[in-house]
Amino acid sequence: MATTDRDILAVTGNEAVAEAMCQIDPDVVCAYPITPQTEVVQLYAQMVADGRVASEFVTVESEHSAMSAVIGSAAGGARTMTATSSQGFALMWEVLFVAASYRLPVVMTTVNRALSGPINIHCDHSDTMGGRDTGWVQLYGENHQEAYDNCIQSVRIAEAMDVRLPTMHMYDGYVISGAIGPLQMLTKDEVQQFIGPYRSTNPMLDTKNPVTVGPFDGLHGWYFEHKVAQNRAMDRALDVIQDVADEYADISGRQYGLLDPYRLDDAEIAIVVVGSTAGTTRMTVDKLRARGVKAGMVRVRAFRPFPHEAYAEALQHVKVVGVMDRADSFGAQGGPVFLETRAALYDCDPRPQVLPFIYGLGGRDIFPDNIEQAFAELEAVAKSKKRASSERRYLNLRAD
Amino acid sequence: MTVEKKAGAKKPAPLKKPGARKGAAKKPKWDISDVDTWGPDRHELGATIIEAGNSVYNETGGWRSEVPVIDVEKCDGCMLCYFYCPDASVLVENGKAVGFDLAHCKGCGICAKECPTDAIVMNVDEKE
Repeated sequence: MATTDRDILAVTGNEAVAEAMCQIDPDVVCAYPITPQTEVVQLYAQMVADGRVASEFVTVESEHSAMSAVIGSAAGGARTMTATSSQGFALMWEVLFVAASYRLPVVMTTVNRALSGPINIHCDHSDTMGGRDTGWVQLYGENHQEAYDNCIQSVRIAEAMDVRLPTMHMYDGYVISGAIGPLQMLTKDEVQQFIGPYRSTNPMLDTKNPVTVGPFDGLHGWYFEHKVAQNRAMDRALDVIQDVADEYADISGRQYGLLDPYRLDDAEIAIVVVGSTAGTTRMTVDKLRARGVKAGMVRVRAFRPFPHEAYAEALQHVKVVGVMDRADSFGAQGGPVFLETRAALYDCDPRPQVLPFIYGLGGRDIFPDNIEQAFAELEAVAKSKKRASSERRYLNLRAD
Repeated sequence: MTVEKKAGAKKPAPLKKPGARKGAAKKPKWDISDVDTWGPDRHELGATIIEAGNSVYNETGGWRSEVPVIDVEKCDGCMLCYFYCPDASVLVENGKAVGFDLAHCKGCGICAKECPTDAIVMNVDEKE
């Protein structure tokens, strides 16, 4: 049933996610505050104190401890959540792999922010892009509404028996986390019905069936097999993400997918972009379309697993694709999204040209003019008979 | 159950089959006897071991180069060997050590080192 008659609230992105967590009401939340995520765990701690949720809230001394406590809780058999950002995410790093390899369906909110140094607290995707090989499912949201929606859907994705992988969902620091935007909420009953009761796998607290979690695998060595099993689960997550999105559409009226295409059907040039910049890009696409330019866009939603076949299908007819990365992979051919997109399109015949753009590092503003400039370059390359250089293009970088 | 009567006995007892130990399950609930052939989908999620106490099925006796031998006459029942043994391989009857679970004894010699009455000695393990 569509829910267009619901109230539209004005909230920050962090408030939207804290409310989503409140409606999920997980058994345990272990978290440490870090800008710009602080508001999420602060609000949640207040909800616990006010008795709005039944969660056990575990305050810890660092993010390394937060993720470790999360793992203990999830292995014990509890539905467990946490939230982080930037340096905190980096401090969790080694334990993120453990959560994934133990196949614990933890859900984590990560508010995207730059990594030091120089010290910078603004929006940037370097933190979670750096965690793309930790084995977590990664969903990037665009706005306040999607931050809320992705938080709820992440529970179902992580806990799906075909997946059983920790899932992180992201949204842009400050641009979404701290700015006020519109939100339509479900009721707590609807959310509870959607996520269902938690089903744990071999919980440590089932004392009638004692288990050993996290044993050493060095003597006989099944590490290789376990890694392949993780990757198979990641592959299966593609279908699960879409199924969960479809089911969520039934109760919310909002349809999500693995990726979010915009005016692509007859597009000759297109931009691939992650997060809140998609809004500005969509507006720019409309402006160019009004001028007769066949521009389109894809917004990245699932980055792990990366739905490469869906990208090939969506973009194969496009002449030139520009990929905008808000993180760089130093020494590589381009940013992480560029590398994935280019690899996804390699098997297309004819093969679109794919060009890397870097923007917004450390919260550098991205204006409609910058995106228009990127489209202008794509248009020039589309008209040219020569293949363009695949060097990085920088948007809104101060020139030497 | 084999009891080594004489210190310095040449032949250690044959490896005991898993499950022969008192209290151990007769048959594993979780059969991992062919685990060497398991592909990615056969394993438990996250490498969890789903049966308690199943290390009894992992026979570590084959690692042994020395074998403990007990002179039961000298044993005063202090139980130090029993508590120190890292593999719970000291067999006890009526409050006295009477022999070793050689399917699991790794031959570390801690029992002989700790024995205050020198009832346990370590001999070269002559496996065929």
